[in-house]
Amino acid sequence: MTPLPITIETLRKTYGEFTALDDVSLRILPGEFLTLLGPSGSGKTTLLMALAGFTRPDSGRIVIGDRDVTRLAPNKRDIGIVFQNYALFPHMSVRENVEYPLKIRKVPRREARDRAMAALERVKLGAFADRDIAALSGGQRQRVALARAIVYEPRIMLMDEPLSALDKNLREHMQFEIRRLHDDLGITTVYVTHDQREALTMSDRIAVMSAGRIQQIDAPQEIYHRPRSAFVAGFMGEANILAATDCRALDGRPMQGPHRVMVRAENFHLDRSACGPEGLSLGGRIAAIAFRGENWLIHLALASGQEVMLSIPSRQSEGCESLKPGQDITAHADANHVHFLAEEAA
Amino acid sequence: MTRIDPAVSATADLRRDLRRETAFFLSLSLPALVLVGLCAMLPILWILRQSFLTLRGTYTLSNWEKLLSSDLTWRAIWSTVELSAGTLVLCCILGLPLALALASAPQKLANRLLVLLMLPLWTSILVRTYGWLVLLRRDGLVNQGLQSIGLTDTPLALVYNFTGTLIGMVHFMLPLFVLPTYAALRDIDHNTIRASASMGASLPRTLVSVVLPLAAGGIRSGSMIVFIYTLGFFITPAILGGGQVNPIAIRIERTLSTFQNWGAASALGILLLLLVALAAALLVGVRHLLSRRGGHHA
Amino acid sequence: MLESFDNRGFKIAMWIIAALILGFLILPTLIVVPLSFSGSDLLEFPPSTFSLRWYQSFFGSTSWMLALKTSLLLGALTALLAVPVSLAACIAMNRLGGIKSRVLYTYVLSPSVIPGILLAIGLFFVLAKLKLIGTLSGVLVGHVVLAIPVTTIVLFPAVSRFDWGQVDAARSLGAGWLRAITGILVPQLNFTLLTAALMAFLTSLDEAVVSIFVAAGDSATLPKLMFLSLRDQIDPTIAAISTLWTVLVVAVVLLVNARRAP
Repeated sequence: MTPLPITIETLRKTYGEFTALDDVSLRILPGEFLTLLGPSGSGKTTLLMALAGFTRPDSGRIVIGDRDVTRLAPNKRDIGIVFQNYALFPHMSVRENVEYPLKIRKVPRREARDRAMAALERVKLGAFADRDIAALSGGQRQRVALARAIVYEPRIMLMDEPLSALDKNLREHMQFEIRRLHDDLGITTVYVTHDQREALTMSDRIAVMSAGRIQQIDAPQEIYHRPRSAFVAGFMGEANILAATDCRALDGRPMQGPHRVMVRAENFHLDRSACGPEGLSLGGRIAAIAFRGENWLIHLALASGQEVMLSIPSRQSEGCESLKPGQDITAHADANHVHFLAEEAA
Repeated sequence: MTRIDPAVSATADLRRDLRRETAFFLSLSLPALVLVGLCAMLPILWILRQSFLTLRGTYTLSNWEKLLSSDLTWRAIWSTVELSAGTLVLCCILGLPLALALASAPQKLANRLLVLLMLPLWTSILVRTYGWLVLLRRDGLVNQGLQSIGLTDTPLALVYNFTGTLIGMVHFMLPLFVLPTYAALRDIDHNTIRASASMGASLPRTLVSVVLPLAAGGIRSGSMIVFIYTLGFFITPAILGGGQVNPIAIRIERTLSTFQNWGAASALGILLLLLVALAAALLVGVRHLLSRRGGHHA
Repeated sequence: MLESFDNRGFKIAMWIIAALILGFLILPTLIVVPLSFSGSDLLEFPPSTFSLRWYQSFFGSTSWMLALKTSLLLGALTALLAVPVSLAACIAMNRLGGIKSRVLYTYVLSPSVIPGILLAIGLFFVLAKLKLIGTLSGVLVGHVVLAIPVTTIVLFPAVSRFDWGQVDAARSLGAGWLRAITGILVPQLNFTLLTAALMAFLTSLDEAVVSIFVAAGDSATLPKLMFLSLRDQIDPTIAAISTLWTVLVVAVVLLVNARRAP
């Protein structure tokens, strides 16, 4: 089955004064794994629920493949959804849960049973088919929800923070498993999360949302290394936003204002020679320093009062052992890791 | 792929869909709306209209004039209020200690005792009325008991009068008063009581100044149920009153059965409804007044 | 709750009073049991002779039996009508939310505050116009309208507590509204629905005032007959009926409590 693209055009949804979706437009490629990433209230869940058909937009439209589904009821959209709390049916067994969508589609009993079992095998729950939902662990429920959402081979898959209820280890394991499932099935998938690491791990592309708009949509590496705004930079991990006037070029010349630059904590070096010919230098006093296993974490207080976070890998500790709070040091970053931010995105 | 024209906005259609969904859910409530409308609202409106009609069907105010100028009406109103107020007072006196005892009992025991409370609630009012009739007769168990312990020589008239009616009504309403009161007492944060005890307040003092004010919500809803319910009581006064107790509900029935006077009965009915509305408004008003005065408690 | 105080006297007094009041509550229902087995025409207590004659007089009487049949039928039909009607209304209220929901709720509950006598004579007017006085359907609509507030009070919190995400899930899996509600919501409300049905049944079974006014002949209910017979003379047959009734209620209350307990 060929995967379908999704086109979203100027989708708007307001709740009274609150604008949940502010004319959002987006093209999702066939077979793509796209993550909507943003803080709560950013509109990511509203957008997902609009795709699913549970939220009616005020205006705009949604096209799946070549079918305008904007006004279509959720049950007519042929979309698989994994809900945040799984929404399994507690009065049915695991297998009955997975068979439910097939029963509605009037698939013959025998075939429905076989397909449900195949879906359960795929999520490694074949042995649990006759269990009660109440007897399952959180991770197992998650898998049942997945099996139920894929068993009828929907053309689109939507996932609403499906891993948020799981503990850290299981969550990281499931990230890879869901991604593998996506690669096997090739379904166009829209995934909602507020966890940037999850988004980076799983996605083909990430759409960072805030205030009902898509701030940036790009591949994970692009988003991480070249955020287009301070918001995106800040949301994607430890980012230091520096005024160019606080920095000097590596050769000691003052930097050209009035730009602002973003340097990630792990891209700083204490050793000047670790950088190429181009880059920036930053002088300051150590406010705090801590050893964290894989790295040293340094809070550097600049003359302007701003605190900058440095993360030095312990593998190349660059003399961190001897540093003490109160000491003045200079940190350096290679030009490749200095990213100029667009001014309007303050 | 079909051509997608972004200029075309489906806003109007989307709004229509939303309205259609609202209409679908409203239609789910339609059977209830129609039933309540046809069998509760319409009859009331009919009674209202009837109260302004003569026997020949022409409009008149005479039903109301006669009603309001008749001594019987005022006596019926007095009798109704007397019964309701008496029931409420007795429900408070009997219900508060019972609710308090239930609330202070361990949950398991309380649940068992609550079954005893639910039992009369579920038993037919006629069964209960009959039981009281048997108990309160001149040669009934209560009079036998009173005589055997020497409290009285001659049997007391406990039934077919105000006393009997009141006993029957208190018995009917008591569970309905105790349940919300008990629930409110159970909801009290025990730390407030411990705090009161730790500050040296005695048990009665704690009850009056901490427990009762905190349970006021439950007591109020219990009182509301009791008062409003009893205003329209018919079965109990009809049987245990023995013709001696004539609240509005009884007068309505008598006006109909003896005089076939629909106009007068309807006017009495509307009067009863007004009384209920007045009582409800009064009790809600009292609540607002209390909550405003004690606003800092909430 | 009062464990912070060791005022024994107060607590003992409180429990004695509570026990007396509980006694007061169950006494009238208990007293009729021995009377129903009395062999005498007089309402003597304790009975001097025992017999089953009052049960025979109840089960042997065509008018009592007809009334019993009518009452049971009415109760069942009332439950059958009131439960789905108020379930649909509760779903509507839950999905609509806001002011619409509150207005609907108040409206649906309003029959419970209208004095029964008023409902009875008003219904009499309406039914007379429709020529339904004395018919079973006339009494039935009256009972249903009185049962709807009861079933709504039972069902509404359960419908509100329900995880509607499951219904959304069912819809995403291809089920329409109706199918999602009947296949997902209703089976999980089974116990609440049973409770609501029992309460609707008992509401109808116990209802006297509307029956007294609009029922007649074949549609005369058990409470109507009991009322008339109590007003005229105290017949120990009523004691037998009362005992049977109490047994039924005890069974229902115990059943509901047993199901609720685990």
